[in-house]
Amino acid sequence: MPHEMTTTPGGLLLVLAVLVPFTGVLLAFALGGRNAQRVATLTVLAGVAIAIAIVAAMVRADGALVYLLGGWAPPLGIALRADGLALIMIPAIAVVILGIGVYARADFGTPAGVREARAPLVFWVLLLAIWGSLNLVFVSGDLFTLYVALELLTFAAVPLVSLDGRAETLRAALRYLLYALLGSVFYLLGAVLLYGAYGTLDIQLLAGMVRPEPATLAAAALMTAGLLAKTALFPLHLWLPPAHAGAPPAASAVLSGLVIKGSWFLVVRLWFDVLPGVITAPSAQLLAALGAGAILVGNVVALRQERLKLLVAYSTVAQIGYLFLMFPLAFDGDVAALARGGALAGGMLQAISHATAKAAMFMAAGLVYKALGHDRIGEFAGVGRALPVSVLTFALAGLALMGLPPSGAFAAKKLLLDAAGASGQWWWEVVLDVGGLLTASYVVLVLAHALAPAAEPVKPHAPVSRLAEVAALALAVCSLALGLAALGPAPLDALLPDPLDLKEFGSALLVLAGGAVLAACLGLRLPPLPAGDAVVAAARRATVAIGAAFVRADGALRQWPVAGLALIAAAVAFGAAMVPGG
Amino acid sequence: MTDAATLFGLLAAALVGIGIYALIVNPQPLRKIVAFNVVGNGVFVLFGAIAHRGAGAGWGGDPVPQALLITGLVVAFSATALAVVLLLRLADEADSVSLAPEAPAPPEPGADQGQA
Repeated sequence: MPHEMTTTPGGLLLVLAVLVPFTGVLLAFALGGRNAQRVATLTVLAGVAIAIAIVAAMVRADGALVYLLGGWAPPLGIALRADGLALIMIPAIAVVILGIGVYARADFGTPAGVREARAPLVFWVLLLAIWGSLNLVFVSGDLFTLYVALELLTFAAVPLVSLDGRAETLRAALRYLLYALLGSVFYLLGAVLLYGAYGTLDIQLLAGMVRPEPATLAAAALMTAGLLAKTALFPLHLWLPPAHAGAPPAASAVLSGLVIKGSWFLVVRLWFDVLPGVITAPSAQLLAALGAGAILVGNVVALRQERLKLLVAYSTVAQIGYLFLMFPLAFDGDVAALARGGALAGGMLQAISHATAKAAMFMAAGLVYKALGHDRIGEFAGVGRALPVSVLTFALAGLALMGLPPSGAFAAKKLLLDAAGASGQWWWEVVLDVGGLLTASYVVLVLAHALAPAAEPVKPHAPVSRLAEVAALALAVCSLALGLAALGPAPLDALLPDPLDLKEFGSALLVLAGGAVLAACLGLRLPPLPAGDAVVAAARRATVAIGAAFVRADGALRQWPVAGLALIAAAVAFGAAMVPGG
Repeated sequence: MTDAATLFGLLAAALVGIGIYALIVNPQPLRKIVAFNVVGNGVFVLFGAIAHRGAGAGWGGDPVPQALLITGLVVAFSATALAVVLLLRLADEADSVSLAPEAPAPPEPGADQGQA
């Protein structure tokens, strides 16, 4: 153990970051009805203030914040600890929660004179519960507390899926819960094995003790596979598309933007903080290979969706893959361990730009759905004129996701590309670039339909809230402007690439053009071909067959027995890949 | 002669194996929920065996796993309750409680050829 752990100044803020949302949960539940929204509003404001205070305290302390619960030091006691990773996640999550809280006032508000319903109460309570659980995931310094936090997160997320109580959403929620439980039992088994081997679950103590021996390898493989099931990394994504597409838009934004980041963050904690020396190069390559599979399958299947919400859900499957590309790039071959550096910074930046952009995208999709009464992409002609702000939000969020400057994803991609170039792993450069193209393709596809002129003006079926539109747009702009942090103070300007480089705008145009070509090849419901060109017709038939094959493969992988076996196979594969020298 | 802790460890492994098999193979949600509990119990038995091994270090048994175990039981109980409630709601709303995904919609003939 490097130094005696003590509570640092400002450590109490970490307790508040967890306690305040959960106090809000209890108050909102107890007061009920109309008061739930008021309690949620106050709690969100307080929580944002706490997040700012944590950032300020960490900048002042120039290091990690620690709080020892009850004054007991690990291994006997439990420590809350906020390091650089938590410093990135806590404020980003607070911003997204704030945006979703503003957006949801339109859908889940209970104005005076309207009968109170159950869905708004449940939504506000669960929104706060998810926030508290996520903060606990970010600041926990102990693998068992992390298990409890992860379970709280799942229990708060599952009912959000079935807020409207339709049979198909209940089914999606049950699938989500059961698969997540399978994942968490894998995680718990791994934690138990680690305790059996080392007698502690404290992350810092464990990091100093772990050796690559059988119990550690089994634990690492089980925990990784379990967390991947909860994150829905391909091919363990059976629950994600129906769950994220079936939930109400505000809930989808929470699930897609925030909830999956919890278990993803835990993989980062586990690999970088607990087991940096146990992780081998093949296991990191394997993790990123699953990510590459997610990018390919998720994006192509997204292109083949008829409904906008399913398209956005599949794009989440693909974006999850992106989040795992950093692992081999962060692997330092000289010391044979994962190192914190540019690749990790890129991965974290990717996560927060995805959180903001994807939440905004689901919100925009929800507004379009509300206005039209459907979200069939093929019938979107004229939407751009009827709902300019929502379509603009979708477009900006899309640009942010595909990594156009000055977005956060652009800076992240540059950092990852640099790391890949420096370590000679050219294949991940290819994956990163192809991923950008594929992302561009579905954004272009949707925009092409939405901006097409309609025969007669689209008459909104229901009015959309101006406030909700502004909240979604603000989140999209946040994601798009994240890269501008490079213009800010040191050390950010040294770390991040220049977002205003003209050359980058040129390559951005290339990405868009490439995306348009891909969309024209693989998209569903394309405009009719000019008659008589046999070569073009044959090419179209071939690309359609490829797209259909991806959809069929995805359908097969999302069968329960296949996904269950895939989970076990993933655990075995990670175990084998972590064997030293293997 | 194997000692009690090893025996309990093997028992735990058997429970986890049986539970995971049932969780994957059985299509009925209620059986999956029961199977999850079997796996969970396997993990708890393993934790108990590990606590007992602390006795080898000269203690009368390691209390930390027991404390964690109780928390784990509470979590597993909550998970089961949530799953059963979802299942009951599903049984009310739908004719069947199968978890089969919405049948992957077969592509409509002609949809791909871009009929306007």
